[in-house]
Amino acid sequence: MRSDRGQRAPLGLKIAAACGLLFLHLPILLIFVYAFTTEEKSFVWPPPGLTTQWFAVTWNRPDVWDALSLSVRVAAISTAIALVLGTLCAAAVSQTRFFGREAISLLVILPIALPGIITGIALRSAFALADIPFSFWTIVLGHATFCVVVVYNNAVARFRRTSGSMIEASMDLGADGFQTFRHVVLPNIATALLAGGMLAFALSFDEVIVTTFTAGQQQTVPIWMLEELIRPRQRPVTNVVAMVVVLVTLLPILFAYYLTRDGDQIAGSGK
Amino acid sequence: MTSAVSFKQVSRHFGSVRAVDAVDLEIAPGEFFAMLGPSGSGKTTCLRLIAGFEQPTAGSISIFGERAEGVPPYRRNVNTVFQDYALFPHLNVLDNVAYGLMVKGVGKAERLKAAEEALSLVRLPGYGARRPGQLSGGQRQRVALARALVNQPKVLLLDEPLGALDLKLRENMQEELKSLQKVLGITFVFVTHDQGEALSMADRVAVFNDGRIMQVGTPEDIYQRPNTRFVADFVGSSNVLPPDFVQRYSGQRRWGSLRPESIRVASATSGDGVAARLVGTNYLGATTRLALDAEGLRLHAVVPAGTALPAEGEAVMLTFNRESLHLMDEPA
Repeated sequence: MRSDRGQRAPLGLKIAAACGLLFLHLPILLIFVYAFTTEEKSFVWPPPGLTTQWFAVTWNRPDVWDALSLSVRVAAISTAIALVLGTLCAAAVSQTRFFGREAISLLVILPIALPGIITGIALRSAFALADIPFSFWTIVLGHATFCVVVVYNNAVARFRRTSGSMIEASMDLGADGFQTFRHVVLPNIATALLAGGMLAFALSFDEVIVTTFTAGQQQTVPIWMLEELIRPRQRPVTNVVAMVVVLVTLLPILFAYYLTRDGDQIAGSGK
Repeated sequence: MTSAVSFKQVSRHFGSVRAVDAVDLEIAPGEFFAMLGPSGSGKTTCLRLIAGFEQPTAGSISIFGERAEGVPPYRRNVNTVFQDYALFPHLNVLDNVAYGLMVKGVGKAERLKAAEEALSLVRLPGYGARRPGQLSGGQRQRVALARALVNQPKVLLLDEPLGALDLKLRENMQEELKSLQKVLGITFVFVTHDQGEALSMADRVAVFNDGRIMQVGTPEDIYQRPNTRFVADFVGSSNVLPPDFVQRYSGQRRWGSLRPESIRVASATSGDGVAARLVGTNYLGATTRLALDAEGLRLHAVVPAGTALPAEGEAVMLTFNRESLHLMDEPA
């Protein structure tokens, strides 16, 4: 909220801001519009006619379903792995002091700072070296490397704001380790984990680079879309799938954003 | 009789740091016991050893006759009121208080009833539905107290329980804790660095320094008959007198202590007594504290308000009764 209400932004600034936003989002709208076009060979503007037939066509294409199902399964399992490993690592780094703590913290965050192509090549050569054939699990492993980071970052921030004596208080009141985790630790980090998990899911769902190096012959949704663009056949089907992908990744990210924003009050009120 | 808490040659070392070093301690059942000392003196580590958050490096601890080494905190019939209260922010006040009973598997109706009673005990009835974040510091502390007491511990540990409260609230809580302890008959062990708090609340006080207990005794013992220079100085800033000085007045060559309120100050340049110069006055309300220089020895005297005072820099004569000069055990 602006406090100096009387002062208005100059017109030039407003136009520049509007142009910036349009530049960011107009192409996405174009994709949505092309999902309804009657022209299937190439993208023509303006669309010669509008139709909803491509939704039905998409629905009946088994390759779309295969890609979607693979993407959802990979994202779900990578996120699950990331939730467990990320939380454990965050707990260790924030609750205890040990030699090399900062180094571990850096090493965990590194995969998201590294270009995906490096992670991809590294994993591919590692899999080749260990004679591991490409499969569903090699994709999951590749995705887990960056999903862990997202969960870790969220959990570590929450742990830092949570009073350390709360765990001791719980033990003091008669709760063993499991009960303490279940009744004290988990409720206090739950929203951070949910937010981290959703971001991880969204990241995994639209990941291309690491996947191309670790997938072998299988196609996740983004890879399937790339292939579709190269050999055109019922082009608007790609756009329909693109709309679905936008929704599937955008909604969790928005939700995660709201969760962590409210989380400030939840964890900070204990004193 | 079995001691409530018994330490036999207990040490807790962190690497080369001897946080607690060969401590012997007996706390009687039903006692209000204070552990007093400056920060880093080992008093909090002792409390954590009783709670089970720390394990001794050497020695043995027993709580009501049962060996406590290796027993985790959740299997000890001991509860703690934490310095930062450590209330659970995601639970309301009633669920916070009922937590200990919940993890022990007590039924919902029964444990909420017990929690409500505990809240009445600490004079917070009807606060159950609030969140800890909505309470003041004093109220949070009462909740922390109720949360510990609802488990009917044999020993209640309090870590600097009044440290975060303002003066007025602290005085009220001191009286309240004391009467609560009398009513419940539970052994209270509390840690503090405030000697006034230790003297006014405790039945017995242990004075800690550098991981060791310097002296254990009633508040009167500690205050009137300190056994070392450290205790004399730390508990109520007594005048510590060097052996040469003490020899002149008692005939024995030992360290002595003299309470500031035992010194009488008169404007005179000759006569019996210790010749000194007044170097400063400090108005404290009910009393005035005088800084004196007796031939290089810095002394403090406390006189009642309204006493006619010599001007600063003036020569004065100090007198005191021979019996108020306390000789300490510490070798000269």
